[in-house]
Amino acid sequence: MLRLRGEKMGVISKISGPVVIAKDMKDAKVYDVVRVGEENLIGEIIGLVRDKATIQVYEETSGLKPGEKVVDTHEPLCVELGPGLLKSIYDGIQRPLEKMKQKSGDFIARGIDVPALNERKKWEFEAKVKKGAKVKAGQVLGTVQESKTIEHRILAPFAGKVGDIKSGKYSIRDPIGTIDGKEVFLAHKWPVRKKRPYEQKLDPDTPLISGQRILDTFFPIAKGGTAAIPGPFGAGKTVTQHSLAKWCDADVIIFVGCGERGNEMTDVLQEFPELVDPKTGDKLIERTVLIANTSNMPVAAREASVYTGVTIGEYYRDQGYDVTMLADSTSRWAEAMREISGRLEEMPGEEGYPAYLAAKLAEFYERAGRVKAFSGEIGSVSLVGAVSPPGGDFSEPVTQNTLRITKVFWALDAALANRRHFPAINWLTSYSLYLDNVTEWYNEHVSPGWRKLRDEAMVILQKEAELQEIVQLVGPDALPPEDQVILEAGRMLREDYLQQNAFHEVDAYCSPKKQFDMLRLIMMFVHHAKEAIKHKTLSEIATLPVRSEIARMKYVEEIDVKKIEHDIVEQLGVKQ
Amino acid sequence: MKEYMSVKEITGPLVIVEGVDRAGYGEVVKIEGPGGEIRTGQVLETSEGLAVVQVFESTSGLNTSSTRIRFTGETMKIAVSDEMVGRIFDGKGNPLHGPPIVPDEKRDINGEPINPSSRDYPEDFIQTGISAIDGMNTLVRGQKLPIFSGSGLPHNQLAAQIARQARVLGREEEFSVIFAAMGVTYEEARFFMRDFERTGALEKVTMFLNLADDPAIERIITPRVALTAAEYLAFEKDMHVLVILTDMTNYCESLRQIAAAREEVPGRRGYPGYMYTDLATIYERAGKIKGRKGSITQMPIVTMPDDDITHPIPDLTGYITEGQIVLKRDLHRKNIYPPIDVLPCLSRLMNKGIGHKKTREDHSGVSNQLYAAYAEGRNLRDLVAVIGEEALSPRDKKYLIFADRFEKEFVAQGYEENRSIETTLDIGWKLLADLPEEELKRISEAHIKKYHPKYRT
Repeated sequence: MLRLRGEKMGVISKISGPVVIAKDMKDAKVYDVVRVGEENLIGEIIGLVRDKATIQVYEETSGLKPGEKVVDTHEPLCVELGPGLLKSIYDGIQRPLEKMKQKSGDFIARGIDVPALNERKKWEFEAKVKKGAKVKAGQVLGTVQESKTIEHRILAPFAGKVGDIKSGKYSIRDPIGTIDGKEVFLAHKWPVRKKRPYEQKLDPDTPLISGQRILDTFFPIAKGGTAAIPGPFGAGKTVTQHSLAKWCDADVIIFVGCGERGNEMTDVLQEFPELVDPKTGDKLIERTVLIANTSNMPVAAREASVYTGVTIGEYYRDQGYDVTMLADSTSRWAEAMREISGRLEEMPGEEGYPAYLAAKLAEFYERAGRVKAFSGEIGSVSLVGAVSPPGGDFSEPVTQNTLRITKVFWALDAALANRRHFPAINWLTSYSLYLDNVTEWYNEHVSPGWRKLRDEAMVILQKEAELQEIVQLVGPDALPPEDQVILEAGRMLREDYLQQNAFHEVDAYCSPKKQFDMLRLIMMFVHHAKEAIKHKTLSEIATLPVRSEIARMKYVEEIDVKKIEHDIVEQLGVKQ
Repeated sequence: MKEYMSVKEITGPLVIVEGVDRAGYGEVVKIEGPGGEIRTGQVLETSEGLAVVQVFESTSGLNTSSTRIRFTGETMKIAVSDEMVGRIFDGKGNPLHGPPIVPDEKRDINGEPINPSSRDYPEDFIQTGISAIDGMNTLVRGQKLPIFSGSGLPHNQLAAQIARQARVLGREEEFSVIFAAMGVTYEEARFFMRDFERTGALEKVTMFLNLADDPAIERIITPRVALTAAEYLAFEKDMHVLVILTDMTNYCESLRQIAAAREEVPGRRGYPGYMYTDLATIYERAGKIKGRKGSITQMPIVTMPDDDITHPIPDLTGYITEGQIVLKRDLHRKNIYPPIDVLPCLSRLMNKGIGHKKTREDHSGVSNQLYAAYAEGRNLRDLVAVIGEEALSPRDKKYLIFADRFEKEFVAQGYEENRSIETTLDIGWKLLADLPEEELKRISEAHIKKYHPKYRT
């Protein structure tokens, strides 16, 4: 019997949680999107045996029965890319949550179809190519002012000769012109599991400034780099991610709440329209795309949400922007894979995770990078993934496989969090492999002495940790005076520099210049104290008035560098 | 309703039925045993001609020859109405005494996830009257804050005290308490009932009881039934609901039991790999919704096996909930009630619920300072054990004394003692006043000048 494309129907033969098996799926391809059952639930084919398809369903499956229909759309899971992405909040498969609310109320119902982008809004399009021009795929056709600071560059979806193209007001459904006779729109679709191509990958050499002292000074991430934040619950993964989303100097932020708390997304939604981006003066929400697939939303969509996020990120990268994507948490994504894999009765690898876990993680993080795009612009996607290891044990598979790929490791430490040392990033176990890449930038933009100062401070922190072990055995008084100064210096670095209050209006963001000044003054105090200890006692040095001036530096907007320098010299009694 | 007598296999809590014509996934099933008694079950897996049914009651007495299985065609629903308040139900939501509930509507017990863009951020301070919570780990309305405890610790007393004392400052709205018991003993349930009775709160309390001798598999639905009632009362009837779930450890044991019967690939310590998602579908049902007056605040109790906070049950719970209150055996041995160890405790929603106009402007600073000072004192205790107290500097000795006083004066309080937030903060100041003033780095100068006892007299 001959049937038309798109009308072909399969039949459900088995249901087990989010996994459905359908038979009679002729012509189906792996990763085709299908509509399952009478309620048209959205699903994706993840395996085929002859005409039997294994489908992961992105919505709750209860009530579904064997015998119900399955319709193959013959398209892979796609995101729609075009103006209007910024400021949106989507679920894991790019359905706008605001629109879903209008359709189904405060609770998420099933089988809802809503367009990802506003179809009615008219955008002012300015053409940058002329009729008859030859364009490559990914080349800029024209621009739309999406927000005050983001000029959305409309990229050619395929190569060819431009037919008609005109500036004017268009909705995303109105054709703006033609290429090789085919209509072109402001928006186009892209499959989420396929990385967007670029002309060339470049070395990351510019730091992503986050305004967080421990990150920028000690363990910097470069634009286009990858970082992992593993930590037990309560150690501050989410606060660190929020701080990055708020203050890092990217042009576009993609925040993916993958299997995490609903209230955390609400927090972002309520706070970002109020907060101001220190770089542009615009509201933070103007540069943010939120993807919320909270822990109680269907598991399969959680698996898709990180791909949805990174594809949108790549799209802005191709327009020449620096994008930071934050995924909180990649462990939930891995668990979603584990759950689906378990339902498929696949042979499990370590701790029940599928054997392809490492490959999937590597593939995902490899989508980060600084590139020269086909548009000729240079853009980047930086990926920062939180990892939630069970029991805070970093030896588990997700943490280990992530660390094999990512270049920056910010290790959160429950012991620091319990002491209310925030951000609770352990300075001894964390590392960054971008340090050498970004040194030149710092030397040029902040100070030529930046790297030396940073390394000196690191040595003190290292030394202090060693001395602390001795103190645990013999007490501090048994140490020679020079070592006692090191202990005091370590304490100053920890309390007055590394600790940063994410909720304090001044301290929440610390500019690279201020970071350098603060560190320089602390280290200057330390150098002078090493001399002064020869004729002063430690408690005299520790209680000098200039100490509280140093301690308050982080809370003042403008540090009076001259005065503190002067006070250090005067109070430590060193003759110039 | 379709009826079958084609049971193929019975293993543990599962019944496998053949020859079934299209059973729905999650559909409710009535099982009539050879003796005529009716049990309830739910479809866990369905394929053409075959259904795997999980039976909530025990499967003992069922056989493969004369057991009748009826498929109802509906997913699990309960009748809800505001008449439920003040009543006692079994673990499946049937009233234990008195007339049946006349339903306002029937609701699916699994509920639906709240759209994240509909949520309203919780920020109304709840005064529990307990210093270690109000001062250090503030609870707000719409939060889910579990108590991590161990066997033999007074978590029930603490939960009852919170249920009794909790109120929102400045407003006279009271909480309606929903109490869901999963596998606790009759004595424990009786303790709560007596306490509610004594304070006259019983007519505002709705209880769902699955006791230790009730069917273990039924525990899977008890919290869902309770939360369905809570959602109805909060979001349709504008009530502020405090849901106490005890004990989540028993719930997880039942989850593991079913997973084992289904021969699933086990995750950590034999618990199923989807336990995180499963727990999230319970805990995430707390919250507030924009434009609706009511709220659901959750306080699950988790007894940590062997007091181990890294055990999968407290571990996964901590990853979902908005903080945790941790009870510690040492403190209990020192006769400190409530034995809350504030260092591993956390309230993630505290920041927005405290401060000027909510509690007091110095709250955040005082709390941070108390934390830092207590942590320092606790560190020194370990040091003293090695080098002796004499080797400490005068500064360090002050911290050592501070840690002791903090436990005895700030954390410890009476079972009936209901401290206002001002009292709590003032006790904090009294203790901080013994430390050198320049050490109070976490409190702003203005607040030191205003609230430090030295300047107040």
